[in-house]
Amino acid sequence: MVSMIDSADRMAQRHRLSTRLWHGLNALLLYILFTSGLGIFNAHPRLYWGQYGANFDHGWLVLDRFPGWITLPGHYSLALSRHWHLAAAPIFAFALLAYMLWSLANRHIGRDLAFRREELTPRHLWQDISDHARLRFPKGEAALRYGLLQKASYVGMIFVALPLIILTGLTMSPGMNAAWPWLVDLFGGRQSARSIHFITAFALVAFVVVHILMVLLSGPVNQVRAIITGRYRLPRDRP
Amino acid sequence: MILTRRTLLLGATATLAGCDRLARDEGFREALFSAENFHKWAQRGLMAPDALAREFRPDQISPIFRANGTANPNTPAYKALWRGGFADWRLQVSGLVTRDLSLSLAQLRRLPHREQITRHDCVEGWSAIGKWRGVPLKTILDGAGLKSRARYIVFRCADDMGGGRPYYESIDLTDAFHPQTILAFALNDRPLSVANGAPLRLRVERQLGYKQAKYLMGIEAVDSLTAIGKGKGGFWEDHADYDWYAGV
Repeated sequence: MVSMIDSADRMAQRHRLSTRLWHGLNALLLYILFTSGLGIFNAHPRLYWGQYGANFDHGWLVLDRFPGWITLPGHYSLALSRHWHLAAAPIFAFALLAYMLWSLANRHIGRDLAFRREELTPRHLWQDISDHARLRFPKGEAALRYGLLQKASYVGMIFVALPLIILTGLTMSPGMNAAWPWLVDLFGGRQSARSIHFITAFALVAFVVVHILMVLLSGPVNQVRAIITGRYRLPRDRP
Repeated sequence: MILTRRTLLLGATATLAGCDRLARDEGFREALFSAENFHKWAQRGLMAPDALAREFRPDQISPIFRANGTANPNTPAYKALWRGGFADWRLQVSGLVTRDLSLSLAQLRRLPHREQITRHDCVEGWSAIGKWRGVPLKTILDGAGLKSRARYIVFRCADDMGGGRPYYESIDLTDAFHPQTILAFALNDRPLSVANGAPLRLRVERQLGYKQAKYLMGIEAVDSLTAIGKGKGGFWEDHADYDWYAGV
Protein backbone atom coordinates (compact mmCIF):
# COMPACT_ATOMS: atom_id res chain seq x y z
CA MET A 1 0.00 0.00 0.00
CA VAL A 2 2.82 2.32 0.80
CA SER A 3 4.18 1.87 -2.66
CA MET A 4 0.83 2.95 -4.08
CA ILE A 5 1.05 6.26 -2.27
CA ASP A 6 4.64 6.63 -3.41
CA SER A 7 3.73 6.09 -6.99
CA ALA A 8 1.05 8.79 -6.96
CA ASP A 9 2.13 11.81 -8.96
CA ARG A 10 3.65 14.46 -6.77
CA MET A 11 3.60 17.96 -8.21
CA ALA A 12 6.08 20.59 -7.16
CA GLN A 13 6.75 24.24 -7.91
CA ARG A 14 9.79 24.19 -10.19
CA HIS A 15 10.59 27.49 -11.92
CA ARG A 16 9.98 30.94 -10.51
CA LEU A 17 7.98 33.54 -12.41
CA SER A 18 11.18 35.51 -13.18
CA THR A 19 12.80 32.46 -14.75
CA ARG A 20 9.69 31.58 -16.76
CA LEU A 21 9.18 35.11 -18.08
CA TRP A 22 12.81 35.60 -18.97
CA HIS A 23 13.08 32.16 -20.55
CA GLY A 24 10.19 32.83 -22.93
CA LEU A 25 11.28 36.34 -23.83
CA ASN A 26 14.87 35.24 -24.22
CA ALA A 27 13.97 32.34 -26.52
CA LEU A 28 12.05 34.71 -28.81
CA LEU A 29 14.72 37.43 -28.76
CA LEU A 30 17.63 35.05 -29.32
CA TYR A 31 15.76 33.59 -32.27
CA ILE A 32 15.24 37.05 -33.79
CA LEU A 33 18.81 38.09 -32.99
CA PHE A 34 20.38 34.96 -34.47
CA THR A 35 18.40 34.98 -37.71
CA SER A 36 18.70 38.73 -38.27
CA GLY A 37 22.38 38.47 -37.28
CA LEU A 38 22.95 35.96 -40.07
CA GLY A 39 21.20 38.40 -42.41
CA ILE A 40 23.67 41.12 -41.38
CA PHE A 41 26.61 38.72 -41.67
CA ASN A 42 25.53 37.99 -45.26
CA ALA A 43 26.44 41.57 -46.21
CA HIS A 44 30.10 40.67 -45.65
CA PRO A 45 30.50 36.94 -44.93
CA ARG A 46 34.16 37.20 -43.94
CA LEU A 47 35.71 37.34 -40.47
CA TYR A 48 39.03 38.82 -39.36
CA TRP A 49 41.15 39.25 -36.25
CA GLY A 50 42.44 42.64 -35.15
CA GLN A 51 41.51 46.28 -35.55
CA TYR A 52 40.69 46.27 -39.26
CA GLY A 53 39.63 43.80 -41.93
CA ALA A 54 38.20 44.15 -45.42
CA ASN A 55 38.38 42.24 -48.68
CA PHE A 56 42.10 42.81 -49.24
CA ASP A 57 42.97 41.55 -45.76
CA HIS A 58 43.34 37.98 -44.59
CA GLY A 59 40.08 36.55 -43.31
CA TRP A 60 40.21 33.54 -40.96
CA LEU A 61 36.74 32.51 -42.07
CA VAL A 62 35.26 33.15 -45.51
CA LEU A 63 31.76 31.79 -46.10
CA ASP A 64 28.99 32.00 -48.66
CA ARG A 65 25.77 33.72 -47.71
CA PHE A 66 23.46 31.87 -45.33
CA PRO A 67 20.27 30.68 -47.07
CA GLY A 68 17.01 32.62 -46.79
CA TRP A 69 15.20 30.03 -44.65
CA ILE A 70 17.49 30.80 -41.69
CA THR A 71 17.80 34.61 -42.09
CA LEU A 72 15.47 37.41 -41.04
CA PRO A 73 14.09 38.70 -43.34
CA GLY A 74 13.94 35.72 -45.68
CA HIS A 75 15.42 37.73 -48.53
CA TYR A 76 18.65 39.71 -48.46
CA SER A 77 18.02 43.10 -46.86
CA LEU A 78 20.84 44.48 -44.74
CA ALA A 79 18.69 47.43 -43.64
CA LEU A 80 15.80 45.27 -42.44
CA SER A 81 18.07 42.71 -40.75
CA ARG A 82 19.73 45.59 -38.92
CA HIS A 83 16.36 47.03 -37.85
CA TRP A 84 15.34 43.68 -36.37
CA HIS A 85 18.72 43.13 -34.74
CA LEU A 86 19.13 46.62 -33.30
CA ALA A 87 15.54 46.72 -32.02
CA ALA A 88 15.82 43.32 -30.29
CA ALA A 89 19.35 43.81 -28.92
CA PRO A 90 18.64 46.49 -26.27
CA ILE A 91 15.55 44.61 -25.03
CA PHE A 92 17.63 41.44 -24.81
CA ALA A 93 20.46 43.22 -22.93
CA PHE A 94 18.21 44.98 -20.41
CA ALA A 95 16.14 41.81 -19.89
CA LEU A 96 19.33 39.92 -19.02
CA LEU A 97 20.35 42.65 -16.58
CA ALA A 98 16.88 42.63 -14.99
CA TYR A 99 16.92 38.85 -14.75
CA MET A 100 20.34 38.88 -13.10
CA LEU A 101 19.20 41.40 -10.49
CA TRP A 102 15.87 39.66 -9.91
CA SER A 103 17.61 36.28 -9.56
CA LEU A 104 20.05 37.75 -7.09
CA ALA A 105 17.17 39.21 -5.07
CA ASN A 106 15.01 36.08 -5.03
CA ARG A 107 18.06 33.90 -4.32
CA HIS A 108 17.77 31.92 -7.58
CA ILE A 109 21.47 32.48 -8.10
CA GLY A 110 22.45 31.68 -4.52
CA ARG A 111 20.20 28.66 -4.08
CA ASP A 112 19.99 27.06 -7.51
CA LEU A 113 22.94 28.20 -9.61
CA ALA A 114 25.85 28.61 -7.20
CA PHE A 115 28.17 25.63 -6.99
CA ARG A 116 28.35 23.86 -3.63
CA ARG A 117 31.68 22.85 -2.21
CA GLU A 118 30.73 19.17 -2.06
CA GLU A 119 29.75 19.25 -5.75
CA LEU A 120 33.13 20.39 -6.89
CA THR A 121 34.97 17.13 -6.50
CA PRO A 122 36.37 15.07 -9.38
CA ARG A 123 34.29 12.10 -8.20
CA HIS A 124 31.07 14.12 -8.30
CA LEU A 125 31.94 15.58 -11.69
CA TRP A 126 32.70 12.14 -13.08
CA GLN A 127 29.43 10.81 -11.65
CA ASP A 128 27.49 13.62 -13.36
CA ILE A 129 29.21 13.03 -16.67
CA SER A 130 28.56 9.28 -16.57
CA ASP A 131 24.91 9.85 -15.55
CA HIS A 132 24.49 12.13 -18.56
CA ALA A 133 26.20 9.63 -20.86
CA ARG A 134 23.84 6.88 -19.68
CA LEU A 135 20.87 9.29 -19.84
CA ARG A 136 20.13 8.67 -16.18
CA PHE A 137 18.27 11.70 -14.92
CA PRO A 138 17.65 12.46 -11.24
CA LYS A 139 14.43 11.15 -9.68
CA GLY A 140 12.24 12.37 -6.85
CA GLU A 141 13.30 15.45 -4.90
CA ALA A 142 16.73 15.38 -6.52
CA ALA A 143 15.09 16.29 -9.84
CA LEU A 144 14.27 19.72 -8.39
CA ARG A 145 17.97 20.58 -8.13
CA TYR A 146 20.25 21.35 -11.04
CA GLY A 147 23.09 18.92 -11.70
CA LEU A 148 26.69 20.05 -11.82
CA LEU A 149 26.96 20.12 -15.63
CA GLN A 150 23.54 21.74 -15.83
CA LYS A 151 24.59 24.47 -13.40
CA ALA A 152 27.83 24.98 -15.27
CA SER A 153 26.03 25.41 -18.59
CA TYR A 154 23.44 27.85 -17.16
CA VAL A 155 26.09 29.87 -15.33
CA GLY A 156 28.20 29.85 -18.48
CA MET A 157 25.26 31.18 -20.48
CA ILE A 158 23.97 33.82 -18.08
CA PHE A 159 27.29 35.16 -16.83
CA VAL A 160 29.73 34.51 -19.68
CA ALA A 161 28.23 33.89 -23.13
CA LEU A 162 25.31 36.33 -23.03
CA PRO A 163 27.31 39.26 -21.57
CA LEU A 164 30.08 38.45 -24.06
CA ILE A 165 27.76 38.63 -27.05
CA ILE A 166 26.31 41.92 -25.78
CA LEU A 167 29.72 43.51 -25.20
CA THR A 168 31.16 42.36 -28.54
CA GLY A 169 28.00 43.67 -30.20
CA LEU A 170 28.51 47.06 -28.57
CA THR A 171 32.17 47.04 -29.63
CA MET A 172 31.12 46.96 -33.29
CA SER A 173 29.33 50.29 -32.89
CA PRO A 174 31.52 53.28 -33.82
CA GLY A 175 29.42 55.46 -31.51
CA MET A 176 30.00 53.13 -28.55
CA ASN A 177 33.73 53.09 -29.37
CA ALA A 178 33.77 56.83 -28.71
CA ALA A 179 31.60 56.49 -25.60
CA TRP A 180 33.45 53.50 -24.10
CA PRO A 181 36.91 53.29 -25.71
CA TRP A 182 37.87 50.43 -23.37
CA LEU A 183 35.60 48.11 -25.35
CA VAL A 184 37.99 48.14 -28.31
CA ASP A 185 40.93 47.30 -26.05
CA LEU A 186 39.02 44.57 -24.24
CA PHE A 187 38.50 42.57 -27.43
CA GLY A 188 41.61 43.65 -29.35
CA GLY A 189 39.79 45.52 -32.10
CA ARG A 190 36.45 45.86 -33.83
CA GLN A 191 37.06 42.98 -36.22
CA SER A 192 38.11 40.68 -33.37
CA ALA A 193 34.91 41.65 -31.57
CA ARG A 194 32.92 40.80 -34.72
CA SER A 195 34.59 37.38 -34.86
CA ILE A 196 33.95 36.68 -31.16
CA HIS A 197 30.33 37.84 -31.61
CA PHE A 198 29.91 35.30 -34.43
CA ILE A 199 31.59 32.44 -32.53
CA THR A 200 29.53 33.15 -29.40
CA ALA A 201 26.33 33.16 -31.48
CA PHE A 202 27.09 29.62 -32.62
CA ALA A 203 28.04 28.60 -29.08
CA LEU A 204 24.54 29.76 -28.07
CA VAL A 205 23.06 27.65 -30.84
CA ALA A 206 25.04 24.64 -29.57
CA PHE A 207 23.68 25.30 -26.08
CA VAL A 208 20.11 25.53 -27.39
CA VAL A 209 20.49 22.24 -29.30
CA VAL A 210 21.80 20.38 -26.24
CA HIS A 211 19.22 22.12 -24.01
CA ILE A 212 16.35 20.98 -26.25
CA LEU A 213 17.84 17.50 -26.50
CA MET A 214 17.96 17.23 -22.69
CA VAL A 215 14.33 18.35 -22.46
CA LEU A 216 13.29 15.74 -25.02
CA LEU A 217 15.18 12.99 -23.20
CA SER A 218 14.07 13.85 -19.66
CA GLY A 219 10.31 14.08 -20.22
CA PRO A 220 9.41 16.86 -22.65
CA VAL A 221 5.79 17.36 -21.56
CA ASN A 222 6.70 17.66 -17.89
CA GLN A 223 9.64 19.99 -18.62
CA VAL A 224 7.73 22.24 -21.00
CA ARG A 225 4.82 22.50 -18.55
CA ALA A 226 7.28 23.41 -15.82
CA ILE A 227 8.90 26.25 -17.81
CA ILE A 228 5.49 27.65 -18.79
CA THR A 229 3.39 27.15 -15.65
CA GLY A 230 6.06 26.39 -13.08
CA ARG A 231 4.38 23.09 -12.10
CA TYR A 232 6.61 20.06 -12.30
CA ARG A 233 5.73 16.42 -11.71
CA LEU A 234 8.44 14.73 -9.69
CA PRO A 235 9.83 11.75 -11.59
CA ARG A 236 9.17 8.60 -9.57
CA ASP A 237 11.95 6.90 -7.74
CA ARG A 238 12.60 3.47 -9.14
CA PRO A 239 14.18 0.83 -6.95
CA MET B 1 13.81 12.38 -35.15
CA ILE B 2 13.61 13.17 -38.86
CA LEU B 3 10.02 14.19 -38.32
CA THR B 4 11.09 16.40 -35.45
CA ARG B 5 13.75 18.01 -37.56
CA ARG B 6 11.32 18.62 -40.37
CA THR B 7 8.79 20.04 -37.91
CA LEU B 8 11.48 22.29 -36.45
CA LEU B 9 12.52 23.42 -39.91
CA LEU B 10 8.92 24.07 -40.93
CA GLY B 11 8.33 25.84 -37.64
CA ALA B 12 11.41 27.99 -38.11
CA THR B 13 10.40 28.88 -41.66
CA ALA B 14 6.84 29.64 -40.60
CA THR B 15 8.06 31.85 -37.74
CA LEU B 16 10.40 33.73 -40.05
CA ALA B 17 7.62 34.13 -42.60
CA GLY B 18 5.45 35.50 -39.79
CA CYS B 19 8.19 37.99 -38.88
CA ASP B 20 8.43 39.02 -42.53
CA ARG B 21 4.68 39.63 -42.65
CA LEU B 22 4.88 41.63 -39.43
CA ALA B 23 7.66 43.78 -40.90
CA ARG B 24 5.37 44.77 -43.77
CA ASP B 25 2.81 46.19 -41.35
CA GLU B 26 3.22 49.97 -41.25
CA GLY B 27 2.69 50.36 -37.52
CA PHE B 28 5.06 47.54 -36.66
CA ARG B 29 7.68 48.90 -39.05
CA GLU B 30 7.51 52.24 -37.34
CA ALA B 31 8.02 50.60 -33.95
CA LEU B 32 10.89 48.49 -35.28
CA PHE B 33 12.57 51.48 -36.95
CA SER B 34 12.17 53.61 -33.83
CA ALA B 35 15.02 51.67 -32.21
CA GLU B 36 17.24 54.20 -34.01
CA ASN B 37 15.93 56.92 -31.68
CA PHE B 38 16.80 54.82 -28.65
CA HIS B 39 20.35 54.18 -29.89
CA LYS B 40 20.92 57.85 -30.70
CA TRP B 41 19.54 58.92 -27.34
CA ALA B 42 21.54 56.29 -25.43
CA GLN B 43 24.82 56.89 -27.24
CA ARG B 44 24.58 60.67 -27.05
CA GLY B 45 23.77 60.28 -23.36
CA LEU B 46 26.74 58.01 -22.72
CA MET B 47 29.33 60.17 -24.46
CA ALA B 48 30.49 63.73 -24.19
CA PRO B 49 29.61 65.77 -27.30
CA ASP B 50 33.32 65.94 -28.11
CA ALA B 51 34.20 62.33 -27.21
CA LEU B 52 36.75 61.25 -29.78
CA ALA B 53 36.67 58.25 -32.05
CA ARG B 54 39.70 56.00 -31.60
CA GLU B 55 42.83 57.24 -33.35
CA PHE B 56 45.38 54.62 -34.36
CA ARG B 57 49.15 54.40 -34.79
CA PRO B 58 50.68 54.65 -38.29
CA ASP B 59 51.63 50.94 -38.15
CA GLN B 60 47.94 50.04 -37.70
CA ILE B 61 46.89 51.50 -41.07
CA SER B 62 45.26 49.00 -43.47
CA PRO B 63 47.75 47.96 -46.20
CA ILE B 64 45.04 48.63 -48.78
CA PHE B 65 42.19 50.97 -47.90
CA ARG B 66 39.03 49.47 -49.36
CA ALA B 67 36.87 52.19 -50.91
CA ASN B 68 33.17 52.26 -50.02
CA GLY B 69 30.13 53.18 -52.08
CA THR B 70 30.55 54.65 -55.55
CA ALA B 71 33.91 53.77 -57.13
CA ASN B 72 33.72 56.46 -59.81
CA PRO B 73 30.94 59.00 -60.40
CA ASN B 74 31.67 58.77 -64.15
CA THR B 75 29.32 61.63 -65.03
CA PRO B 76 30.41 64.01 -67.83
CA ALA B 77 30.51 66.91 -65.37
CA TYR B 78 32.67 65.00 -62.87
CA LYS B 79 34.97 63.70 -65.60
CA ALA B 80 35.51 67.25 -66.81
CA LEU B 81 36.46 68.35 -63.29
CA TRP B 82 38.78 65.38 -62.87
CA ARG B 83 40.52 66.03 -66.22
CA GLY B 84 41.23 69.55 -65.08
CA GLY B 85 42.81 68.32 -61.85
CA PHE B 86 39.79 69.74 -59.99
CA ALA B 87 41.08 73.28 -60.65
CA ASP B 88 37.53 74.29 -61.66
CA TRP B 89 35.88 72.47 -58.78
CA ARG B 90 34.27 74.60 -56.07
CA LEU B 91 32.66 73.71 -52.77
CA GLN B 92 29.43 75.69 -52.46
CA VAL B 93 28.40 76.57 -48.91
CA SER B 94 24.82 77.79 -48.74
CA GLY B 95 21.50 77.62 -46.90
CA LEU B 96 21.08 79.08 -43.42
CA VAL B 97 24.41 80.93 -43.39
CA THR B 98 25.11 84.64 -43.24
CA ARG B 99 27.33 84.50 -46.34
CA ASP B 100 27.48 81.88 -49.08
CA LEU B 101 30.95 80.59 -49.83
CA SER B 102 32.52 79.11 -52.93
CA LEU B 103 35.82 77.49 -52.04
CA SER B 104 38.47 76.10 -54.36
CA LEU B 105 40.66 73.14 -53.46
CA ALA B 106 43.66 75.48 -53.21
CA GLN B 107 41.79 77.68 -50.72
CA LEU B 108 40.82 74.66 -48.62
CA ARG B 109 44.40 73.42 -48.57
CA ARG B 110 45.55 76.76 -47.20
CA LEU B 111 43.21 76.52 -44.19
CA PRO B 112 44.40 74.89 -40.94
CA HIS B 113 44.40 71.09 -41.25
CA ARG B 114 43.64 68.23 -38.99
CA GLU B 115 45.25 64.83 -39.47
CA GLN B 116 43.73 61.70 -37.98
CA ILE B 117 44.29 57.96 -38.32
CA THR B 118 40.83 56.49 -37.86
CA ARG B 119 38.86 53.37 -38.60
CA HIS B 120 36.25 53.43 -41.33
CA ASP B 121 33.42 51.03 -40.47
CA CYS B 122 31.18 49.96 -43.31
CA VAL B 123 27.56 49.13 -42.50
CA GLU B 124 28.29 45.76 -44.15
CA GLY B 125 30.73 44.84 -41.40
CA TRP B 126 34.23 45.45 -42.71
CA SER B 127 36.69 48.03 -41.37
CA ALA B 128 39.68 49.83 -42.89
CA ILE B 129 42.09 52.14 -41.09
CA GLY B 130 43.46 55.18 -42.91
CA LYS B 131 45.11 58.51 -42.27
CA TRP B 132 42.95 61.44 -43.28
CA ARG B 133 43.94 65.07 -43.69
CA GLY B 134 41.43 67.84 -44.09
CA VAL B 135 39.80 71.00 -42.88
CA PRO B 136 37.59 70.83 -39.80
CA LEU B 137 33.99 71.38 -40.87
CA LYS B 138 33.69 73.80 -37.95
CA THR B 139 36.19 76.12 -39.67
CA ILE B 140 34.03 76.30 -42.79
CA LEU B 141 30.77 76.72 -40.87
CA ASP B 142 32.25 79.45 -38.67
CA GLY B 143 33.53 81.17 -41.82
CA ALA B 144 30.10 81.09 -43.42
CA GLY B 145 28.37 82.11 -40.20
CA LEU B 146 25.70 79.58 -39.28
CA LYS B 147 22.30 81.12 -38.56
CA SER B 148 20.71 80.19 -35.26
CA ARG B 149 17.84 78.38 -37.00
CA ALA B 150 20.22 75.86 -38.60
CA ARG B 151 19.89 72.31 -37.19
CA TYR B 152 21.45 70.06 -39.83
CA ILE B 153 24.23 70.17 -42.39
CA VAL B 154 23.41 68.54 -45.73
CA PHE B 155 26.13 67.30 -48.07
CA ARG B 156 25.56 67.34 -51.82
CA CYS B 157 27.69 64.95 -53.85
CA ALA B 158 28.74 64.47 -57.48
CA ASP B 159 28.00 60.75 -57.74
CA ASP B 160 24.86 59.85 -59.65
CA MET B 161 23.03 57.02 -57.92
CA GLY B 162 20.94 56.23 -61.02
CA GLY B 163 18.25 58.25 -62.76
CA GLY B 164 20.14 61.48 -62.24
CA ARG B 165 19.78 61.33 -58.46
CA PRO B 166 22.99 62.49 -56.83
CA TYR B 167 24.12 61.13 -53.46
CA TYR B 168 23.40 63.21 -50.37
CA GLU B 169 23.82 62.84 -46.64
CA SER B 170 23.26 64.92 -43.54
CA ILE B 171 24.45 65.22 -39.94
CA ASP B 172 23.31 67.28 -36.99
CA LEU B 173 25.28 70.08 -35.37
CA THR B 174 26.72 67.87 -32.61
CA ASP B 175 28.60 65.91 -35.25
CA ALA B 176 29.15 68.93 -37.52
CA PHE B 177 31.14 70.76 -34.82
CA HIS B 178 32.92 67.65 -33.52
CA PRO B 179 36.72 68.13 -33.65
CA GLN B 180 37.23 65.01 -35.79
CA THR B 181 34.59 65.97 -38.35
CA ILE B 182 36.69 67.13 -41.29
CA LEU B 183 36.42 67.69 -45.01
CA ALA B 184 39.26 65.44 -46.10
CA PHE B 185 41.31 65.99 -49.24
CA ALA B 186 44.07 63.46 -48.52
CA LEU B 187 44.21 59.78 -47.54
CA ASN B 188 47.46 58.21 -46.39
CA ASP B 189 49.46 61.33 -47.36
CA ARG B 190 48.19 61.38 -50.95
CA PRO B 191 45.46 63.46 -52.57
CA LEU B 192 42.15 61.57 -52.46
CA SER B 193 41.83 59.08 -55.31
CA VAL B 194 38.61 58.96 -57.32
CA ALA B 195 37.61 55.71 -55.57
CA ASN B 196 37.93 57.39 -52.20
CA GLY B 197 35.95 60.52 -53.05
CA ALA B 198 38.21 63.00 -54.87
CA PRO B 199 38.55 65.85 -54.49
CA LEU B 200 36.88 66.17 -51.06
CA ARG B 201 34.90 63.92 -48.73
CA LEU B 202 33.35 64.11 -45.30
CA ARG B 203 34.77 62.25 -42.32
CA VAL B 204 32.34 61.93 -39.41
CA GLU B 205 34.20 59.40 -37.34
CA ARG B 206 31.58 58.24 -34.86
CA GLN B 207 29.27 56.94 -37.57
CA LEU B 208 29.25 54.27 -40.28
CA GLY B 209 30.63 54.50 -43.80
CA TYR B 210 27.54 55.62 -45.68
CA LYS B 211 27.57 58.88 -43.69
CA GLN B 212 31.06 59.72 -45.04
CA ALA B 213 29.79 61.55 -48.13
CA LYS B 214 32.25 61.48 -51.04
CA TYR B 215 32.73 63.75 -54.11
CA LEU B 216 31.48 66.77 -52.17
CA MET B 217 30.01 69.58 -54.27
CA GLY B 218 27.99 71.52 -51.77
CA ILE B 219 27.23 72.02 -48.10
CA GLU B 220 23.86 73.33 -47.08
CA ALA B 221 22.69 74.38 -43.63
CA VAL B 222 19.01 73.62 -43.04
CA ASP B 223 16.54 73.70 -40.16
CA SER B 224 14.77 70.49 -41.13
CA LEU B 225 15.41 67.43 -43.28
CA THR B 226 11.86 67.07 -44.58
CA ALA B 227 12.58 68.98 -47.80
CA ILE B 228 15.78 67.01 -48.50
CA GLY B 229 15.22 64.07 -50.87
CA LYS B 230 12.32 62.03 -49.49
CA GLY B 231 12.79 63.54 -46.06
CA LYS B 232 14.93 61.06 -44.17
CA GLY B 233 18.17 62.97 -44.62
CA GLY B 234 20.24 60.75 -46.88
CA PHE B 235 20.21 58.75 -50.08
CA TRP B 236 20.28 55.31 -48.44
CA GLU B 237 17.97 56.48 -45.67
CA ASP B 238 15.44 57.50 -48.34
CA HIS B 239 15.91 54.58 -50.74
CA ALA B 240 16.91 51.57 -48.63
CA ASP B 241 15.56 52.24 -45.10
CA TYR B 242 19.00 52.77 -43.55
CA ASP B 243 19.07 54.54 -40.20
CA TRP B 244 19.86 58.24 -40.33
CA TYR B 245 21.78 57.92 -37.05
CA ALA B 246 24.54 55.52 -38.00
CA GLY B 247 26.46 55.28 -34.72
CA VAL B 248 25.52 51.61 -34.40
